[in-house]
Amino acid sequence: MTPLIEADHLTRYYGSHCAVNDVSFTLAKGEVLGFLGANGAGKTTTMQMLCGNLAPSAGQIKINGFDLLDQPKAAKLNLGYLPDTPPLYKDLTVQEFLHYCAQLHGIDKHAITDAITRAKERCGLTDVADRLIANLSKGFQQRVGIAQAILHNPEVIVLDEPTVGLDPIQIREIRTLIRELGQDHGVILSTHILTEVQESCTHVQIIDQGQLILHETTAGLNRQMDTGTLQVATRLAPDINSLLTIPGISSIDSMAENRIKIHHSLTANPAEQIAEHIIAAGWGLQELTPVKRSMEDIFISLTKEHRDL
Amino acid sequence: MSMILAIASREFRSLFLSPMAWTILAILQFILAFLFLTQVEAFAELQPKLNSIEGAPGLTDIIVPPLFGNAGIILLLVTPLLTMRLVSEERRNKTLALLLSAPVSNIDIILGKYLGILGLMLLIIALITLMPLSLLSGGELDSGKLFANILGLLLLVFAFTATGLFMSCIAGHPTVAAMGTFGMLLLLWILDWSAGMNDRRSELFEYLSMLRHFQNIQSGLISSVDVGYFLLFTTTFIALSIRSLDNDRLQK
Repeated sequence: MTPLIEADHLTRYYGSHCAVNDVSFTLAKGEVLGFLGANGAGKTTTMQMLCGNLAPSAGQIKINGFDLLDQPKAAKLNLGYLPDTPPLYKDLTVQEFLHYCAQLHGIDKHAITDAITRAKERCGLTDVADRLIANLSKGFQQRVGIAQAILHNPEVIVLDEPTVGLDPIQIREIRTLIRELGQDHGVILSTHILTEVQESCTHVQIIDQGQLILHETTAGLNRQMDTGTLQVATRLAPDINSLLTIPGISSIDSMAENRIKIHHSLTANPAEQIAEHIIAAGWGLQELTPVKRSMEDIFISLTKEHRDL
Repeated sequence: MSMILAIASREFRSLFLSPMAWTILAILQFILAFLFLTQVEAFAELQPKLNSIEGAPGLTDIIVPPLFGNAGIILLLVTPLLTMRLVSEERRNKTLALLLSAPVSNIDIILGKYLGILGLMLLIIALITLMPLSLLSGGELDSGKLFANILGLLLLVFAFTATGLFMSCIAGHPTVAAMGTFGMLLLLWILDWSAGMNDRRSELFEYLSMLRHFQNIQSGLISSVDVGYFLLFTTTFIALSIRSLDNDRLQK
């Protein structure tokens, strides 16, 4: 099976500034790829290149097997794109706008009405179909933007910060929609909201200063986040050296007099032995909590590591 | 092809969504009707004298060329206003991404936009043509001369629109595009004035002047040089517009 997107050594310069540096990745059907990065990391530039709005300085992009440069029409036929600013003609009604988009994407005349109805239903736009886009709230405009991207049922859907400006309920709806779309399409979404990636993506990719620093499945990342740290509080100060003899413990940090952090390997979870040991020694166990690294920590530590290099 | 038509029809209809097209049509019609009536009156006054002269100019000669000549000048003022928003506003509103990521080529985009504006232009020309045609109820027209004038104005409008489209492609702001188009068209229009000075004639300027080619066609002399000039002019600016849109992807 050909991957839906094949990006090969993408590089993009703005003058002498390198916005995207040698980025390669693939996207297969059924994947939702979250594209993470700080502001100005090169997310939008990469997306613009994927959608043919910007030519890469070097590298190659294939969409559903079609080279974006050699066969732009065939490639773009399989593409739905929501840019960071939704491209809406504000003097049209939602219905008119979607009709125009359907024509642009070459949907068959007889199928247009069905396609529009389906897109409106999926994005919750049925009630506002006859209103001018200019008069819609930011959230609804964002939804029209999404509707436009999924209208022609493309294989690849690229969404640049799709949940910006939406209220929490709408955000949840859109995330559900993205998960749904991910089942039989390939979806890329860029964001700097980390929980969004955890909730709706199957794969994560972190870009920093134009370079790809992580490509991982969300499950893999979750595993990575479970670093195996226990926070222990006791009534009396524990004897660290005797605790270190328990198998599986790699190191112990003393935080306060009665509070320690125990790092251990993932395979052997020594929580039970630690509890038994502390109780047997009579130090008075008060607290034993596993510490989970949040995605934010990983994001920050990875970008920091990358910049220190 | 269907994509070109889709873009063209959106462009055409969006003109009528704002008061823009309506205002222009109304004002143009009002001014030209006024000029037309003055011309008809002039003819009515001159008629007894003309009757006594052998080979005197007829009804068509007196009424049609001035009407179409004036229409040309007014369209020179109006075209920049119609074309200025074509690309530059899409770029400012970031709606260009919709077209660029859709399966349409830059050629389709430019041609669609061009044809959209041309649609309104054709409507304007049709309305202008109705005025002399109304004379058919009481007189006779030289259909050949009328046709030459319509053709002249058509070719002129092709060139105006292409220039405006190109300016809209390269300008960052619609107003700048309008100013650029107006300046350029006016320059090409008056280039002939300096060429008219007897001792310092420049063949290049004479060839470049739009007015001269337009007047040649208006007089009923349809030569391939004049028609070729306008077609070449139009093609060049459309090609430049496509190039400029291509550049969008490469720039910065």
